[in-house]
Amino acid sequence: MTEKRKFAVVINKKDNVATAVKDLSAGEEVYITIDGQEVKITLLSDIKFGHKFAIFDIKKGENVIKYGEVIGRATSDIKKGEHVHVHNIESLRGRGDWEGS
Amino acid sequence: MKFKGYVRPNGEVGVRNHLLIIPTVVCASTVAERIASCVEGAISLANQHGCCQIGADLVLTENVLIGLGKNPNVGAVVVVSLECGGVSAERVVDEIAKTGKPVEYVGIQKSGGTLKAIEIGTRLASKMAQDLAKLDKEEVDISNLILSVECGGSDTTSGLASNPVAGYVMDKIIDLGGTGIFSETAEVIGAEHILAKRAVSKEIGERLISVVRRTEEKAKTMGVDMRGGQPTPGNIEGGISTIEEKSLGAIYKGGTKPLQGVLEYGEKPQGKGLYFMDTPGQDIESITGMTAGGSQVVIFTTGRGTPTGSPIAPVIKITGNPEAYINMEDNIDFNCGTIIEGTETIEEAGERLFKLLIEVINGSLTKAEALKHREFGMFKLISTF
Repeated sequence: MTEKRKFAVVINKKDNVATAVKDLSAGEEVYITIDGQEVKITLLSDIKFGHKFAIFDIKKGENVIKYGEVIGRATSDIKKGEHVHVHNIESLRGRGDWEGS
Repeated sequence: MKFKGYVRPNGEVGVRNHLLIIPTVVCASTVAERIASCVEGAISLANQHGCCQIGADLVLTENVLIGLGKNPNVGAVVVVSLECGGVSAERVVDEIAKTGKPVEYVGIQKSGGTLKAIEIGTRLASKMAQDLAKLDKEEVDISNLILSVECGGSDTTSGLASNPVAGYVMDKIIDLGGTGIFSETAEVIGAEHILAKRAVSKEIGERLISVVRRTEEKAKTMGVDMRGGQPTPGNIEGGISTIEEKSLGAIYKGGTKPLQGVLEYGEKPQGKGLYFMDTPGQDIESITGMTAGGSQVVIFTTGRGTPTGSPIAPVIKITGNPEAYINMEDNIDFNCGTIIEGTETIEEAGERLFKLLIEVINGSLTKAEALKHREFGMFKLISTF
């Protein structure tokens, strides 16, 4: 599941995010492997260990995919290399705040 | 494959030989605790319930106390009651006694108050402690084991490393003829379609989907986004953004075997293989449910680190976060941060964890046991009246 000597991992070829496996800094060039292909991403944000960044541009309203499955939806446009977290994606489940609206 | 355990009169096998003091009601908890503190090897449950409960909620509390008393890690039981609470102490005693293990009873009102109840309970329990110590372990097959897996204080390494490693061990136990339980219904929200496909029948798959939906609907009645409750603030700090992401990582801990059934909270599996139990995602209540279902040992994965143990079963804590292991080495038994660091595969770490599991079921103390971590909490269906 994890590639040796990599700074970030992509779990499934359908994913549009990668997970950092060390603290990474904005401006850093990170090599990730998507379905056997090595791809270079330039980070636009600092990414802490365990946090995610976009590996493609994701438009507002589009699904965010990890493990090959939907983990939520973008609440703003997210650029390739940008931090993906609670500030720019939302859950589609357990949304009591949506009830009755 | 064999291990050495305590064979109970009903043939079930314990990996520990506890003397359990069960208060049937919150008002008996202090007396139960005092009795336990006087007697070597005795453990009491910090029961906060048992009175002013109605219907299925009362039955659930009763069944969970019975399940914990029946757990084969428990060699003998003293039931302590105030004698005016809702939980039937008589039923608790009778049901546990069906296992053939010694069960004694102390009523606080009948005894004439705290001091007399402690005296009577301590005398009964100390005799039981002497008898339990005479029991020798016997060699038994590993298929007698019910392994539980739990995850708590998760971060994104849980889904990448520690949960797949726990899942590897779960698969191995089931291949050896054993039984497994995984749980935490809220932490299946967003991943239920994957698990349902692994069910051995359409009905079991539908039942899994329906318990997940029931939990999600209950959460929605609060009228808020469940984020902050699930995932927790710690999960979010660790990089988990949504409940779907948490769930998709969490289900790895159950391994890859077919799903044989969906259990109610505290219910015992009726066959071998992998079962899902409908419990909260809160670790303590979840572990109580699985041990009430007869599980003798727990593998607990964590990303952020947690000290949790159980009064009934050894809890083996593992992490896939190398920094969390260094930070909380007093509490965490096993480090598979090696996977993130790229120096070990999931299979290699899984074999290492399996070896540790075998040591623990043969009697090796976990860090939670060594530090007397015995967290206890019971899930309830509805508020107390």
